[in-house]
Amino acid sequence: MRPEAEVIPIEHAPSRARPERCRATTSSGRPCRNYAIDQSGYCRVHARPQTASAPAPAGEAGARERAVSILSGIAAFVRRRAAGDYHVDDLGYDPDLHRSVLLPLAAPLYERYFRVRTLGLEHVPAQGPAMLVANHSGTLPLDAVMLQYAVARHHPAHRPLRCVGADLVWRSPVVSHLARKAGNVVACDEDADALLDRGELMGVFPEGYKGVGKGWANRYRLQRFGRGGYMELALRRRVPLIPVAIVGAEEAYPMIGNIKVLARLLGLPYFPVTPTFPLLGPLGLVPLPSRWIIEFGEPVDLGGYPEDAAEDAMLVFDLSDRVRDRIQQMLDANLLRR
Amino acid sequence: MGAGRRILITGVSRFLGLRLAKALERDERVEALIGVDLHEPPVGISGLEFVRVDICNPLVARVLEATRADTVVHTNIASEPARFGGRAQMKENNVIGTMQLLAAAQRSGYVRRVVMKSSAAVYGYAAGDPSLVPESHAPTAGSLTGYGKDCADAETYARDFGRRRPDVALAILRTGNIVGPTVSTSICDYLSLPVVPTAFGYDPRLQLLHEQDAVRALVDVTLGDVTGIFNVAGDGVLYLSQAIRRLGRVQLPLLLPAAQPVAVLLRELDLVDFPIDQLRFIMYGRVLDTRRAKQAWGFAPRFTTEQALADFRDHRTGGEPVMDDEHPSWERELFEYLWRRRDARLHGSTV
Repeated sequence: MRPEAEVIPIEHAPSRARPERCRATTSSGRPCRNYAIDQSGYCRVHARPQTASAPAPAGEAGARERAVSILSGIAAFVRRRAAGDYHVDDLGYDPDLHRSVLLPLAAPLYERYFRVRTLGLEHVPAQGPAMLVANHSGTLPLDAVMLQYAVARHHPAHRPLRCVGADLVWRSPVVSHLARKAGNVVACDEDADALLDRGELMGVFPEGYKGVGKGWANRYRLQRFGRGGYMELALRRRVPLIPVAIVGAEEAYPMIGNIKVLARLLGLPYFPVTPTFPLLGPLGLVPLPSRWIIEFGEPVDLGGYPEDAAEDAMLVFDLSDRVRDRIQQMLDANLLRR
Repeated sequence: MGAGRRILITGVSRFLGLRLAKALERDERVEALIGVDLHEPPVGISGLEFVRVDICNPLVARVLEATRADTVVHTNIASEPARFGGRAQMKENNVIGTMQLLAAAQRSGYVRRVVMKSSAAVYGYAAGDPSLVPESHAPTAGSLTGYGKDCADAETYARDFGRRRPDVALAILRTGNIVGPTVSTSICDYLSLPVVPTAFGYDPRLQLLHEQDAVRALVDVTLGDVTGIFNVAGDGVLYLSQAIRRLGRVQLPLLLPAAQPVAVLLRELDLVDFPIDQLRFIMYGRVLDTRRAKQAWGFAPRFTTEQALADFRDHRTGGEPVMDDEHPSWERELFEYLWRRRDARLHGSTV
């Protein structure tokens, strides 16, 4: 006779060393079901707020004080806006609106929805002009918004990242003035020089429409890096050039088709079809909750090139290709890491 | 140039021409001051020799000869069609007038310097233009209409003139929007409306030049020796929405298809002498890069855009704000309401 298969009752299964569950209660009042990450007894979600709220003044007086400061902050903001009592720079950056409205609007998307992780943020200089060169993807340029958020909120210097935007941005109602107030400028030599003259941090997406409007089949495959204008500028101005790889934007709006007739009719570079977009109407504009990683690479050293390097078209293309390869490598590595 | 300059000013009954003449009337560098216009200047200017002549008329050549003017300051390119009885006449004055004047100056043996007041409108208004437009910027194809086209045409004649008479120093000033306590421009009228219609979804940056700075720049260039094309505008910018709020006015965003009829209506009602083709201005705005002027003759506007707007607001008659600047009452009420609610809730739950 064959021995009976040994059945292990579930109750007695040798349990893997399982950490404790989180001690916090969720907003709905039930105990949190996440595992605790360390000895503190709280999970990844609850660890930070629990410790952060500890030093706040306790009791009703404290709560009242906090509420008053928040409310009066909001009231002061509303009063400032209603009176037009705020300052914008020549290029149209409105720090008051950016910090108080636009960034907080992007916060839930960045922190909770896309759960963006940044790597190598220390490569971004805390002051002085610099150029961030990133891949562009995801049908709608959400990657630019997330990149700006990452630098403005997670970099210790809290610098605004001033991206250069293509014509279409500036032609579109509503988007155009919000983009300007968030600190973006027009993609032209004059604006780029103006940014670097002012010692600003500049963001470039050399792929342009080719990048954002590429199909799902080409995801994470870098397109041609424009005409190398950004590299010419970097060589001419000798500013640090930081390659940036953004992973996750491709899945937020996977573009599976392009209705060229509609695009031509509406004067758009492409008319995207995503699994949800024309199908669910405006609801299709909600991005999918992909997990994002933004990696900032080591600055590219442009010091060793001759004075007139920017005039050497061959060298410009060559260097541009090298930056492109570097970003592609970073993309591939992060795709594996995710 | 010897004893002193003999300066001929066109458009001397208009704001800039008049103020330029006023500024030069006691200047020892000026030997003679000649004013040319269709209407007599509203204020008397000592030492001004006024000649009533239409610059579109070839007679202007005789005036140049007779007065032996060595400097011609052309401030008569107009942007307000109503003043001239319609767009056609305005164009006649702007384009043909400039042509005749320059033809006369070309013939004259006395003219050594020509200064022309053009406008930032020559750049047209397009979405993808540089944020700070340099003098070298060429207008986007098709974005030039009306006044802007007049200015561009006038500048073309000026450049032709410069080519034919290389011995004459030529300076062209492209001024931004001028505001101030006394000047009357379309932007002043526009910002004086109690309810300011704007284009929905667009919020252009405004760059304002105070009238005193405009006059000062014109005086400096007239008496100086700079040549070339220069942007002249104030420092800093304000958003249109922000400027409207600072003036205590109410903004009325209109969808673009409705904006055109409203612009026509405003003009018919004589409220704003706003060329309809400049609708694009309230969509895209125009901000100038003034570095060249600053380097060339140390142009330094005393009023920033914000200060110019404040001065405009403080001195304008009938500029009573429609909306109050401060809102302390509703804020306090809101606070009190929230506390009452909260106390009531706390009380209810503990008892």
